[in-house]
Amino acid sequence: MRSGSMKFRRLVLMMTGAVTALAADQPVLIQNATILTITNGTIKGSILLRDGKIAAIGEKVMAPAGAKIIDGAGKFVMPGIIDCHSHIMAEAINEGSVSVSSMVGISDVLNPEDIGIYRALAGGVTTANILHGSANSIGGKTVVMKMRWGTNAETMKFEGAMPGIKFALGENPKRAGSAAQGAPGGAATVRYPATRMGVEDVIREAFNDAKEYKAKWAAYNGKAAKGEIVIPPAKDLKFEALAEVLDGTRLVHAHCYRQDEILMLIHVADDYGFNIRTFQHVLEGYKVAKEIAAHGGGASTFADWWAYKMEAQDAIPYNAAILVRKGVLTSLNSDDAELMRHLDKEAAKTVKYGGLTETEALSLITINPAKQLMIDKRVGSLEVGKDADVLLYDGHPLSNFSKVERVWIDGHDYFDRAEDISSRTKKELEKKALIQKASGGRGPGAPATLPAAQRVPNQ
Amino acid sequence: MRFLPVLSMAAALATAAFAADDSFIIKGATVHTIAGADIANGSVIVRNGKIMGVGKNLASPKDLKVIDGKGLHLYPGMIDAGTEIGLVEINSVRETEDTSEIGKFNPHLVALTAVNPESEHFPVTRFNGITSALTMPSGQLISGQASLIHLDGWTTDEMGIKPRAGMHLRMPVIAMPRGNAAVDSGDLGQALIARGSFTEAKRAFDKEMLDLNEFFESARRYMLTRSAMPPGTKPDLKLEAMIPVLEGKEPVLITAVREREIRDALAFADKQKIKIILCDSQEAYKVTKEIKEHNVPVILGPMLALPLNEDNPYEQQYTTPAELQKAGILFAIGTLEGKANLSSRNLPYQAAQAVAFGLPHDEAIKAITKNAAIIWGVGDQIGTIEEGKWADLILTDGDPLEAQTTVKQVFVKGKSSDMDNKQRKLYEKYINRPK
Repeated sequence: MRSGSMKFRRLVLMMTGAVTALAADQPVLIQNATILTITNGTIKGSILLRDGKIAAIGEKVMAPAGAKIIDGAGKFVMPGIIDCHSHIMAEAINEGSVSVSSMVGISDVLNPEDIGIYRALAGGVTTANILHGSANSIGGKTVVMKMRWGTNAETMKFEGAMPGIKFALGENPKRAGSAAQGAPGGAATVRYPATRMGVEDVIREAFNDAKEYKAKWAAYNGKAAKGEIVIPPAKDLKFEALAEVLDGTRLVHAHCYRQDEILMLIHVADDYGFNIRTFQHVLEGYKVAKEIAAHGGGASTFADWWAYKMEAQDAIPYNAAILVRKGVLTSLNSDDAELMRHLDKEAAKTVKYGGLTETEALSLITINPAKQLMIDKRVGSLEVGKDADVLLYDGHPLSNFSKVERVWIDGHDYFDRAEDISSRTKKELEKKALIQKASGGRGPGAPATLPAAQRVPNQ
Repeated sequence: MRFLPVLSMAAALATAAFAADDSFIIKGATVHTIAGADIANGSVIVRNGKIMGVGKNLASPKDLKVIDGKGLHLYPGMIDAGTEIGLVEINSVRETEDTSEIGKFNPHLVALTAVNPESEHFPVTRFNGITSALTMPSGQLISGQASLIHLDGWTTDEMGIKPRAGMHLRMPVIAMPRGNAAVDSGDLGQALIARGSFTEAKRAFDKEMLDLNEFFESARRYMLTRSAMPPGTKPDLKLEAMIPVLEGKEPVLITAVREREIRDALAFADKQKIKIILCDSQEAYKVTKEIKEHNVPVILGPMLALPLNEDNPYEQQYTTPAELQKAGILFAIGTLEGKANLSSRNLPYQAAQAVAFGLPHDEAIKAITKNAAIIWGVGDQIGTIEEGKWADLILTDGDPLEAQTTVKQVFVKGKSSDMDNKQRKLYEKYINRPK
């Protein structure tokens, strides 16, 4: 059955997106456009994409030989959107049997044929942080991906991006502690913790163990360096990841809602000497913005989600604006394959709710998440030398009436709305022919269409 | 702080020294009547909650307080044509949810009964200019009566516009229940195994269709024999509630998502000779000819939704309104139940997404005002700015379909609504937290 499902997906992939070989791309020059650089103001002029990078931005840019010229009159150019919290591509979300699952990694279960990638592209997302779910106090290892649709999961990885790990606080990790809820898979087992107090304990215990683990290895390495013959300690993948957190080489992205649990994690992190790179969702972050800023943590939240669970009751759409005003590095994320398609429209809400400027609003989905993921030297704004991850809109990105027309990643053409539309008839015919072939020519024989898989929301 | 002027305006309205708080004249606004052309520098006279005059430069009656609408836009309040507002406070907390009763057939249950007027959702939703909604029960086959309500009022009695606006029926579907681990994990292969065979699903579907038809038949028998029953015979509340439906006086709101269910719903309407409104018909674009022929209106769900199938065009949900409009089908937009993270307050942005993908702007506004009112049988009461209608009005600083636009003041039945809410209180409190 599994291979059947993969076959179906492959068919879908062939239907919906162009799989293009990654040859050297023709330089692209967009002229006469309104260019929202995010970091250096707005320019009426041109932008040149060459050899995968932004080669020039200015009022007038000379077209190099062989460049493809695009008339951007009346159109807007902005950097590709960065989603700091997504679960697309992930074929498995939670390793729910234990509350500390730092031994697992999401990059082992990524499906490069997930249609969610193409849909995210069509909504302007070029980079996404792919995380595990929130069933574990300490979850699995996360990975940053570029939406290089049509390539493979390895090629899609954002080269050199700092790896991360998911933590989760509050209702979700303690839910598994309820016998009524049981563990994923249906078995009514009770798993510690069942309270927010227990969540704190689990995290502290894990870091105590990780410190001990590190000490053992340090002792061994010290002796080995002196030439002593010693037996090395056993490798433990669970603690390897936590040791990296303690060393500051793995970023912590912590799912959280209420102010008490946010403060708890800040205290734990301070005690053990590590940093929470982003508080995810962090719907009550506005209550403890001061403390988050003092810790040096970032916040990655929703524009206006609320009321879906008890711990989201004090969620307010002004959260992002307050966090920004109180000096917290803040981004908006999707956590959802649908929301991921309109992060631009979500950003627009922060202008109304809390009065952010347009640039501040757009920063929430570009340069700020780039900084949070420590990839801002490469992406997040339109600057010469940065990756050519660029969007072309038919209107201002913060208008609800605008849409993405073109998306380039590394200067390569990954989405072209006009091409998408014009190729549909051909793809439809191709699909019919493939179905005929697959059904052995037995009449129309179209397989029953499967509903798009619905995932458990990981809020 | 863009909304500070709103606060002061609300305060001014509250303390104004006029007797009736639901009588006033708005002057100088651009009036978007949605019944005809926009009126620049227009005036609207409201008395006792009703619109009594609409025009350009109307003289101010002496007894009416004047609200200056200069530089602002006046629209009819928006209508969410299908939602659960007031019936659910927190999705994941069972005790706060009153949408789904036990049992397959509950035509006698009325949503308005369970609406909590103090729900935090009301002020938060009004804040974006939504003044009424069709709030609906959901569940198995017939879940109850959807109620059209105002989003402001002291009691459910005051909020109710039409308590029995439509009987909600979910068309049987050939599918196994969702929610198993394999489906949740996105593993389609495993999901297929867990979902069981098509034969099983089809058998369950046939049974539901049979039960449904039988229920309608028993209701029809009840209706026909009722007059012959001896006096004092105990009424059957369920079957009694079916009579307006069978008499064609009340529409049946049929949730029919995919093409097969939509076709089934149209055939069912023919067979039972009932008036229907299609709901959440995400594949209506495939059946436009038949829907038009049947002259059936459609309540579309959120546009900001994923396509139903992996190989649908990426913008499938965005383009459906434009396709229905081109086919001449009357439709309105609702935010609909079961979409946990969507809320009624984002209704205008759902409509806006349709505009980005081809629906004319004025048609998008109609889909959340005038057309919703017509479909729910209250086109003479709400939905446009016209004389004789309830003064459900919103005063904005721009296009209400744009997220950056602020609704400065909402009027429900001529009363200025409190524009404050818990979320704004928390904002005020914490933006001012000392450093």
